[in-house]
Amino acid sequence: MRPETLAADERPAQAEPRRARPASGGDPAGRRRGRRRALVTITLFLLPALVLFVLLVLVPILLAGYASVFKWNGFGGLPTDFVGLDNFTRMFEDPVFLGDLWRGLVLIVLSLAVQLPLALGLALLLNRPMRGRAFYRLLFFAPYVLSEVITAVLFTMFFSPERGLANEMLSMVGLEELSSTWLSDPSSVMYSVFIVMTWKYFGFHMILYLAGRQGIPTELIEAAQLDGASGWKVFRHVTLPLLGPTIRISAFLSVIGAIQLFDLVWVLTEGGPIHASETMAITMFTFGFGRYQVGYASAISVVMFLISLVFALGYQRFVLRRDTEGAITGMRDQR
Amino acid sequence: MKSFNRRSAVTMAAAALLLAGCGGGSGGAGADGGASSGGKVTVEWWSIHNIEPMLGVWKGLVKEYEAQHPNVTIKMNAMNVENFKSKLTTVTQSGKAPHLFHTWGGGVLAQQVEAGLVKDLTADIAPWSGTLSPVALQSYQVDGKTYGVPHDIGMVGFWYNKKLFAKAGIDAPPATWTEFLDDVKKLKAAGIAPIALAGKAKWPGHYYWAYLAMRVAGLDALKQAAETKSFENPDFVTAGRKLKELVDLQPFQQGFLGADYDKPDGQAAAIGNGKAAMELMGQWAPSVQRDTSTDLGEDLGFFPFPAVEGGKGTATDAFGGGGGIAVGADAPPEAVDFLRFISQPDNHRKGVKTGAIFPAVKGTEDAVTDRHAKLVTESLSKATGYQLYLDQAYPPAVGQQVNDSVAELIAGSKTPEQVVADITTAAKSE
Repeated sequence: MRPETLAADERPAQAEPRRARPASGGDPAGRRRGRRRALVTITLFLLPALVLFVLLVLVPILLAGYASVFKWNGFGGLPTDFVGLDNFTRMFEDPVFLGDLWRGLVLIVLSLAVQLPLALGLALLLNRPMRGRAFYRLLFFAPYVLSEVITAVLFTMFFSPERGLANEMLSMVGLEELSSTWLSDPSSVMYSVFIVMTWKYFGFHMILYLAGRQGIPTELIEAAQLDGASGWKVFRHVTLPLLGPTIRISAFLSVIGAIQLFDLVWVLTEGGPIHASETMAITMFTFGFGRYQVGYASAISVVMFLISLVFALGYQRFVLRRDTEGAITGMRDQR
Repeated sequence: MKSFNRRSAVTMAAAALLLAGCGGGSGGAGADGGASSGGKVTVEWWSIHNIEPMLGVWKGLVKEYEAQHPNVTIKMNAMNVENFKSKLTTVTQSGKAPHLFHTWGGGVLAQQVEAGLVKDLTADIAPWSGTLSPVALQSYQVDGKTYGVPHDIGMVGFWYNKKLFAKAGIDAPPATWTEFLDDVKKLKAAGIAPIALAGKAKWPGHYYWAYLAMRVAGLDALKQAAETKSFENPDFVTAGRKLKELVDLQPFQQGFLGADYDKPDGQAAAIGNGKAAMELMGQWAPSVQRDTSTDLGEDLGFFPFPAVEGGKGTATDAFGGGGGIAVGADAPPEAVDFLRFISQPDNHRKGVKTGAIFPAVKGTEDAVTDRHAKLVTESLSKATGYQLYLDQAYPPAVGQQVNDSVAELIAGSKTPEQVVADITTAAKSE
């Protein structure tokens, strides 16, 4: 987006209230009526979304919270066997759940340290004028369009120890000693899963960065170059800071995605071998639908929810504050 | 502004539709029937036979029954096993069950019974339950009462490639565990992967521990463990050690820990493709081999799990399971009558003839025509005792723990003692 168009977008938004004021501002009764009517309209418009939100989001959360303090196999009516916080103490004594937390952390760190820089690099590369640029953009974005299940099925074949492409390719370039059983080896399975995750999601982050990069006015970069800044300096002091909001959002999505990771891993490994690739969501699923310990599974989901919530709120409060500030103060101005 | 209005109207309409959909969905569990004979009755049936040949057989029987009873409509809802399990779990949480639904018996059925979801059929089927195979029926009995009608019963045993055995110089299938281990060594020496195992799926691994526990400790010990909720029996540790002996020979195919059962490079395909010499699997093994790779035909043999020297169990005790149908607590009497209808020998034969299910009704063994199916039926007819799959017989939490712990034993991360301790902990927490 160029600066001229940006300004053009903002103008009507500022002009609107000024124009609206004389119409209803004259007599107070009219204004009240107008406001009431607006309130009714707003309520009416909000109602469907609100009802859906309450029914499909709030009620299940509350129900899960309720079920999490019971020992319940999920059969027949409501739970009755109240156990207090037993499910939670059990969870934090279970090596599998503690392992989930550790593995989640590893995935988050790997995502932030490898996947996002990779996406950023590619985005900057693809921002340069070059032949076939649109094709490459499409190519790198394509994996994101595939569903998780298809991706996972694809990669189970890719990583197959007997006839998978991964080992074939390694032996083709003379790196047989690097060939591995990938998903079958408890010590390497997490990295295999991470490779798949990266393949699947880097395109999405790349598109985010690409969009963010195009929002940076060329004038700024030109100015920096005129002042004699080298390519690295331009990147470090102009591009990167101005990409800040995009990077912060992309990191946020990446972390939340890693916390909730389920379908990809489920189809790839079902959490195995011997829990080596299990995530919180998979543990929850196996307890809820495999062992019919719905109370315990609910407790896991509550903890997952709390972790996500605390992270999301903390991130909003401390990291995204600068990005959201503009929007909020803008609203205040209008009022 | 106008277009904005219209759009929100559409959104609202869509929301309303969605809400209506939700309401309809939760009421659609189908347990609100119960209108008894005379008027129109609809019986809802959740089945797991969503593919041919059984889907066609059931549909044919439904049509026939509906023709004889014009007031009855049987609504068959066939889905794959995973869907069925999660859907049933969701529905039963509301305290309702479909009129007729598939069951494997054992611990899950017992939990459903305890929750009051399942009808006690003991009296209703008494006039004709004598025609059912008693071995098949016992998996659906809880505290002496019958809660399901079987339509399939099989057993687990070793399916082996005769050619590969001959190549390794083995002339007869092993009868004892020592012989079995010797044969594994011979196969390895001949450069053949002795055993195919689906480590990702876990349940195939538990067969080894279960059979060894049956042979070493005996059927009664397994039953008693479930009742006392303690598996702290030295015999179960011995069973684990025997399995460890096998695992230490590294008998499984490359990358078995991540292998599926029924995928193109999974356990079944490894046998079909001649990549491994044997697998411990149920009666369906030949058909899955055929579906994922090739049919070994004449070369595929079957032998029962070997005896363990000095063990308390009988070498002819069989391990396995089948399938049955349970009746929801508030189902109309027509539901039970339909079970009577499909259990009539002639109607049962129709399914058995396809080779997809195995005789659960007395006197229908003659309908078994398939070469491999005959091997299983023959072996099963000699069975002196029967144990349902442990991950089915025990409450789900215990059964899954058995699967998990045995998988850990096979992967080498748990000792036989830890396996027994972990299963006991799970049993105690139930």
